Amino acid sequence: MALLDVTDLKVHFHTRNGVVPAVDGISFQVEAGKTLAIIGESGSGKSVACYSLVGLIPKPPGRIEDGRALFEGQDLLTLSEAQLRKVRGKGISIIFQDPMTSLNPYMTIGEQLIEPLQLHFSMSRRDAWQKGIKTLEEVGIQNAERRMHAYPFEFSGGMRQRVVIAMALVAEPQLIIADEPTTALDVTVQAQILKLLRDLQQRRNIGVIFISHDLSVVADIADDICVMQHGRFVEQGERMAIFQTPQHEYTRKLLAAVPAAAKRPASYTPEPLITITDLYTQFCGNRGGPAVKALDGISLQINRHEILGLVGESGSGKSTLGRSILRLLQPCSGSIRFDGRELVHLSAAELKPLRRRMQMIFQDPYSSLNPRMTVYDTLAEPLLLHGVVDRKGLDTAVFELMDAVGLARANVLRYPHEFSGGQRQRIAIGRAIGTKPEFIVADEPVSALDVTIQAQILDLLLDLVARFNLSMLFISHDLAVVRYLADRIVVMKAGKLVESGTTHDMFTSPQQSYTQALLAAIPGRVLRDLDDSPL
Amino acid sequence: MTTADLQVIPRGVSLWQDAWTRLRKNKLAMAGLVFLLLITLLCLLTPWLVAYGYEQQDLRLGAVPPSADHWLGTDTFGRDQLTRILYGGRMSLAVGFIATAVALLIGVTYGAIAGYAGGRIDNAMMRLVDMLYALPFMIFIILLMVVFGRNLLLLFLAIGAVEWLTMARIVRGQILSLRQQEFVEAAVSLGLGPVAIVWRHLIPNALGPVIVYTTLTIPNVMLLEALLSFLGLGVQAPAASWGLLISSGVETMEEYPWLLIFPGLTLTLSLFALNFLGDGLRDALDPRTAKD
Amino acid sequence: MWRFTVLRVLQAIPVILTVITLTFFLIRAAPGGPFSSEKAVSPQVQAALEARYRLDQPILQQYFSYLADLAHGDLGPTFRYPGRTVDELILDGLPITAELGFYALMIALVLGVTAGVVASLKPNTLQDYVPMGAAMVGICMPSFLLGPLLVLVFGIWLQWLPVSGWGSTPGDKLLPSITLGAMYAGYIARLSRAGMLEVLSQDYLRTARAKGLPEYVVILKHALRGGLLPVVSYLGPAFAYLLSGSFVVETIFQIPGLGRFYIQAAFNRDYTMILGTTVFLATLIVVFNLLSDIAATWLNPRLRYQYKQ
Repeated sequence: MALLDVTDLKVHFHTRNGVVPAVDGISFQVEAGKTLAIIGESGSGKSVACYSLVGLIPKPPGRIEDGRALFEGQDLLTLSEAQLRKVRGKGISIIFQDPMTSLNPYMTIGEQLIEPLQLHFSMSRRDAWQKGIKTLEEVGIQNAERRMHAYPFEFSGGMRQRVVIAMALVAEPQLIIADEPTTALDVTVQAQILKLLRDLQQRRNIGVIFISHDLSVVADIADDICVMQHGRFVEQGERMAIFQTPQHEYTRKLLAAVPAAAKRPASYTPEPLITITDLYTQFCGNRGGPAVKALDGISLQINRHEILGLVGESGSGKSTLGRSILRLLQPCSGSIRFDGRELVHLSAAELKPLRRRMQMIFQDPYSSLNPRMTVYDTLAEPLLLHGVVDRKGLDTAVFELMDAVGLARANVLRYPHEFSGGQRQRIAIGRAIGTKPEFIVADEPVSALDVTIQAQILDLLLDLVARFNLSMLFISHDLAVVRYLADRIVVMKAGKLVESGTTHDMFTSPQQSYTQALLAAIPGRVLRDLDDSPL
Repeated sequence: MTTADLQVIPRGVSLWQDAWTRLRKNKLAMAGLVFLLLITLLCLLTPWLVAYGYEQQDLRLGAVPPSADHWLGTDTFGRDQLTRILYGGRMSLAVGFIATAVALLIGVTYGAIAGYAGGRIDNAMMRLVDMLYALPFMIFIILLMVVFGRNLLLLFLAIGAVEWLTMARIVRGQILSLRQQEFVEAAVSLGLGPVAIVWRHLIPNALGPVIVYTTLTIPNVMLLEALLSFLGLGVQAPAASWGLLISSGVETMEEYPWLLIFPGLTLTLSLFALNFLGDGLRDALDPRTAKD
Repeated sequence: MWRFTVLRVLQAIPVILTVITLTFFLIRAAPGGPFSSEKAVSPQVQAALEARYRLDQPILQQYFSYLADLAHGDLGPTFRYPGRTVDELILDGLPITAELGFYALMIALVLGVTAGVVASLKPNTLQDYVPMGAAMVGICMPSFLLGPLLVLVFGIWLQWLPVSGWGSTPGDKLLPSITLGAMYAGYIARLSRAGMLEVLSQDYLRTARAKGLPEYVVILKHALRGGLLPVVSYLGPAFAYLLSGSFVVETIFQIPGLGRFYIQAAFNRDYTMILGTTVFLATLIVVFNLLSDIAATWLNPRLRYQYKQ
């Protein structure tokens, strides 16, 4: 008998603009000690489905229209709010996505940790505190006794997520809903957290529902997988069956969107476009505090017609390097030569003609476009500024740019907020390639996008690089993405270069232990093994 | 699609239009806007609208309740109250708008400079604002009025000088957060100069909160003027302002309550209208509500 | 954290000094001498008076002697109340104003926080509109209008409560306290609603609910701490406005507090009294700003931690 048995769950949102069927008749079972993964892109209804089981969706506008959810012999959907409260935290607990926001910043970890114990088991404060310490130790937090008195902001992201997991575990639930629990984390931390979850689950024989947008994350840990789109399961079944013989077109699309090994033939002769020597950049500390070294003596070379992948975890200084090359940040010392010209000490006026030749694509398509400018204005601005075309040719030039990045011409007078994330990123790319630059810094250009959109944008970038003979510094935390399109890779850690080499060499024979750890942390080993390409 | 087609392509909905649509749906804010336009118009046109002068006395008549001749009654000197309220409105609204304009001018300039300069300059400029914040300005304004007499120009300047502090903070915060937005970085990397960046990218995006705060400053200023006039430190009779009318209404409220109630109602309704409009504008222009 | 507190106190000193200096020279710059409105007096009397109030000394010397006296807590003699010092008059008025301010602040806090929290729980429903409408009335109805109206209704027409005085007839403290507190109740209601709405949309409240905590615990234990922080920061400035508000209320209800002395001094051109009261009130305001600032920092663990570093 399954731990949780959901049949025909329907959740609708009754908004002013009509009824939205967020969850439209889904059924699934979760067994004790097994992991069920629900995969879907943003807005597919995967979180709503799980939260509605424990009464955590806003009602109104949400309403459970139909269905049954048997858990420990009772139908969760018919329980009153008071009865549901007895299930929440005790029978079923939840691990939320963002550990930065899911802990109360005004309460110590200890206070928050013991709450479920005092509530569900009427434990005394002292006993609960002891149990809290034990649980913290179990999720791998050092000095647990002392750390109970700490506030959330005193922990790093990964440590916070461990605290959140401890909080979910402390009352010994039978079922855990993990909602994108590693999405906000660095890849090595993600690997640790996934392993921790797996270990705990097996030790305690807990059922897990693992919600994710990323197939590769669940590939190694799920027993069963449900693929969700528009509120329905388009496909569900045993993990390997889904991977090996996907039935539904959407599943195949998702699988195809997992970046494979590079398709790009490395057919260029190394001819340096940018040469960086011993570059230092630092940030002044706040109010006279110590300066933070963001770049600590970087030397590297970017060749013409090359895509150089720059990889590192958050805080490694990879964005700072990209911005320093474009002189969006002022380096302290060192040299940046662009096509033979020293950039570091140029004035704004001297830089201007060079700006035409180097451009940037930013991470967040929501903040990288001026919300008060139409597509036309955004694309026309650099063209006019650098005199690429005159007023007469402007309309044609803007239309051609839109064609190049795959935007419908009819959208030319729309504003950014009227577009989806992927379309916005196309506008931003159009702005960057308008002046026909030779070099582009792309700073995590796809990390804010859904997986299928991500694949489209990556292909667009590859296409543009080939078409316009671009060189590109491609910054990403995602090794799989970098592997897909980079010719060479450099790895950064704490402001220094750790290792560099061709993509093939880096993935087959990494020399440094840090690089090896990064590679080992890439999720989706199962998927790669299915792929024929060698690692 | 060719160049000629650009004319027939539908324009998208700009954030301003979007905000206006949202504001129009807010009944309270629209009522406030209509009321304000109406009362401003009435006050501007007063000399051509009313049958009496604001200091025109009729001592034989004395104070009479509202009637066909005097819609809102007369005061103890037999002066028509409607006339005096409208003339008082000219004064109160003038103080409100002019002092707010002063605050706007100083605050926006100061805040924009601090926010754009950043770093040490910003730090020093904001320390000064912090210090000025700690000064008890209300007491200083009273002091100024006492020391230099009831000078209206001084009153505008003094009130404006108090209110610019918050405006400077808001503008500075806006500019600072906008500067960290990637579209401003993108503009820099395109090679745009500082003037173009401020003009095309910063100002249009910082305007929303400035408009909202301006709308909310006007009632504060009007209240301050009314308070000073009530204490006898602002506008002096026979000139009229709403604060002064209320003040003299209080003296005779037992016998002639209409002399307190009508000016009080006018002031309160105007403040209501401004506050509702300000709230409505905030909801309409707030990017957080704009997303959904 | 102690470093922050000490630093903050040290920062307040130049502010107070600025206030004293500004006030001193402003008053000296006033057109017409302190005795100008008086009937003509003989030159000898004039000289004697000026000597008594140190007006015969050079202005800088006057300033420094004033500072020296201040350091001993001596605000000097008054112009208009012969034989009485400014200190005495302030000490007479202070307890009354303090009591009035205290009641008003309590009314403002209790009504304001309750209304704000209640409204924030069900935004854009009747439960939101009614208290927020009331708050708006409080904000838009200035005390010099609300006070007289309350007197008119409850004092004159209904004859339930006395129309003026302080502590002489039972119930005479009620109307002044309400009049003074109403506007701040309105502001505090709006602040706490906004603060609560901000907190209520945070993910960590979902976490609290996911633990199975009943809604009242979620609100009282998890939401209030963060949601009411803006109110704590507002208390300092509110205190300043409360003091200036007390000028009006004390005038309306004829309460012999500090505010009334101040206004009277202003009209009488009693310069030492104005100077003394301004310095005293300004210092008080600066001190309260300081306290609310420190309190808000202490109550916020993140800030506390930052300053510990």
